[in-house]
Amino acid sequence: MDFTLSEEQELLRKSAAEFLAKRAPIERSIPLIDGGGAAGWDPDIWREIAALGWLDDELDLLDQAVLVEECGAVLLPAPLFSTFVATPPGVESLLRQHGAVRERRLTLAWAEKGRGFGLTDALSAGLTVVTDATITGGKTLVVDAAKVSGFVIVAHDHDGPQMVYVDASDVRVYPHSTLDGSRPLADIELVAASALPLIPSADVAGVVAIMEQRACALAAAEALGVGRSALDLGLTHARERTQFGKPIGAYQAVSHRLVDAYAELELARSLTYWAVHCLQAVDDDRATACAAAKVAATAAAVHTCEVTIQITGGLGMTWDHTAHRLYKRAMALQSYLAGERRLYQDIADAVLPRGV
Amino acid sequence: MEFRDTVAEAAFRSSLRAWFRSNRSNGEAWDLNVPADVVAARAWSRSLHDAGYAGLTWPVEYGGRGLDPTYQAIFYDEMAADRAPIHVGVIGLNMAGPTIIAWGTAEQKHRFLAPLLAAEEIWCQGFSEPGSGSDLAGATTRAVLDGDHWVINGQKVWSSHAHIADWCILLVRTDTTVPKHEGLTFLLVDMHSAGIEVRPLRQLTGEPEFNEIFFTDVRIPRESMLGRPGDGWNVAMTTLMHERGTLGFLFAAELQSNLSRLVEFVAVPAADGSTPAADPTVRAEVAREWVAVQALKFTNYRSLSRLLETGIPGPESSISKIAWAESNQRMTTLATRLQGMAGGLSGESAPWNGFWQQQQLRSRGNSIEGGTSEILRNIVAERVLNLPRAR
Repeated sequence: MDFTLSEEQELLRKSAAEFLAKRAPIERSIPLIDGGGAAGWDPDIWREIAALGWLDDELDLLDQAVLVEECGAVLLPAPLFSTFVATPPGVESLLRQHGAVRERRLTLAWAEKGRGFGLTDALSAGLTVVTDATITGGKTLVVDAAKVSGFVIVAHDHDGPQMVYVDASDVRVYPHSTLDGSRPLADIELVAASALPLIPSADVAGVVAIMEQRACALAAAEALGVGRSALDLGLTHARERTQFGKPIGAYQAVSHRLVDAYAELELARSLTYWAVHCLQAVDDDRATACAAAKVAATAAAVHTCEVTIQITGGLGMTWDHTAHRLYKRAMALQSYLAGERRLYQDIADAVLPRGV
Repeated sequence: MEFRDTVAEAAFRSSLRAWFRSNRSNGEAWDLNVPADVVAARAWSRSLHDAGYAGLTWPVEYGGRGLDPTYQAIFYDEMAADRAPIHVGVIGLNMAGPTIIAWGTAEQKHRFLAPLLAAEEIWCQGFSEPGSGSDLAGATTRAVLDGDHWVINGQKVWSSHAHIADWCILLVRTDTTVPKHEGLTFLLVDMHSAGIEVRPLRQLTGEPEFNEIFFTDVRIPRESMLGRPGDGWNVAMTTLMHERGTLGFLFAAELQSNLSRLVEFVAVPAADGSTPAADPTVRAEVAREWVAVQALKFTNYRSLSRLLETGIPGPESSISKIAWAESNQRMTTLATRLQGMAGGLSGESAPWNGFWQQQQLRSRGNSIEGGTSEILRNIVAERVLNLPRAR
């Protein structure tokens, strides 16, 4: 057993961190995020991301987890997380036939009003229907919809659930005002849009289950990055800010809160690596491991952001301070797909018999 | 990153599992802290030793197997799954032994390590005093050189297993003229020496688990020490590192055992007729504890790499101890509260013979013993997060 990142993974992490620090530090993304505008991000970065190999098929889930953690740490507004989540396993070659897939920017669209927002909830029939290779209907709460070149949509036809690819040019996007401006939510409308089926209907439920687990693991990894950045902000402030003649980090009420945040993130990191391992090894525990990682890492990120706002005091309460942005991303990750309530229910169902 | 056992690790695991199956004494594991039947506890520990399961990571020349810490982690994993009793020499295995290995002379290692592993000799720790607990360097128990002997006078407190111990790792003050950290010496004391009185202290659980030890003109050979006079603080730091490090795996294992008991417990109708496992809030709380147990388990595994590198647990192990204490407190409290008013019963008339309420009361000590959660947070703050010193 060996619980460290390999040399290659450490190198990937380091090079990603260096690239992002130079090319997309959080300060540079903020005017884009706040500026609203059509994009809310810098599309030029996508070519560089592709050139770095971040979209290569050879990257495994652990590599992707390393990357989304680093991107989360700088709240990268580019749709990398969305693309990783939206790419169903095994359909890369099919997607490649449609457009410059090395540059593909994807997002998954599954949610509809009136039913649960989990990915597996989308398996029950909704109002979005595929007929004769076209799709009509709509999806809500689609992440990064205005930034992508294509959509992977969970819908239905007369056979049952379907997973189709639709080019962005065929989709109408209605953006919503979103708390986490770095990852805006939108509604999309489809009117007889050209739909490419990605997998046989009989396989959709199984693929959706895997995609939900992967998405939970990636959300957990990203949350670790967000939490880490928030913790760094809090630590820096605690070391530099003096009151009553001392740096405030010398006071246990301050330092102990930071320690607890650090501990929570570290414990969640262990769960995240375990979840990724379970998915790669197709381990029996993979569903519960991913649920555990997601619930723990996102909670850790949220709590760390709250601690940092507390430590930084009035400054942390201002728009100009970075803390609120990390906080909003952390909260978005916490509710993404499935929140605490549903995840703990699922874990309980797996580990606890219902009794007499 | 590889979570699966290597071929060798898997072989070790499966033969260990088989051994537990065919060698388990009947009945429940003894309470980690109060071996109810010392004779039986020693016999069980002896059988663990004879099968090669004591001192897995210790050097082969002293009776260990020279394996890397992963095997110790696997051992505790399987022990937890089997709910097997631990080796009665837990203080010897995890504190005294590693300290002797790090600081002892060849003679001392040959003298002490093998009997420790075989549970022929049981160790206790003499660190805390009424006036110095967290502030360990404030120790005032005095040792004065008289010819070839140290003469010890003073008092230690909270010493677990002192009432059954043969030897004691004792931190004493040998020099009152230098700064407090520099005037300490680490002695190895025969608990059968004249002048030693052990007084059990009754805990809030009702059980006498820890003790006061009174030293009145106790004479021990001058060479019965680790390091030199004045090295006591540094030697004690080695002990504390191990206490917080390797014990982390044992704690995680105990927590896993308690979790599996909790899962059983909630499935059975309570005294008031309700079944806790059918209650969504209870299910969510149990799920939460399951998550915490896995997090602790894999965090310990991750800390293995540092152990492998340096042989010494790092300050990150303080996180494990804090997390374990809080998790165990929550879990035992949950199980006690689920009994409703019947949770106020103890002994035979109580559900499960009062197991959970006993564990719950005892768990209040988890955040105090082996480094209080407050001190451990200070350690993480200063040594991991580089925050300014609190004191």
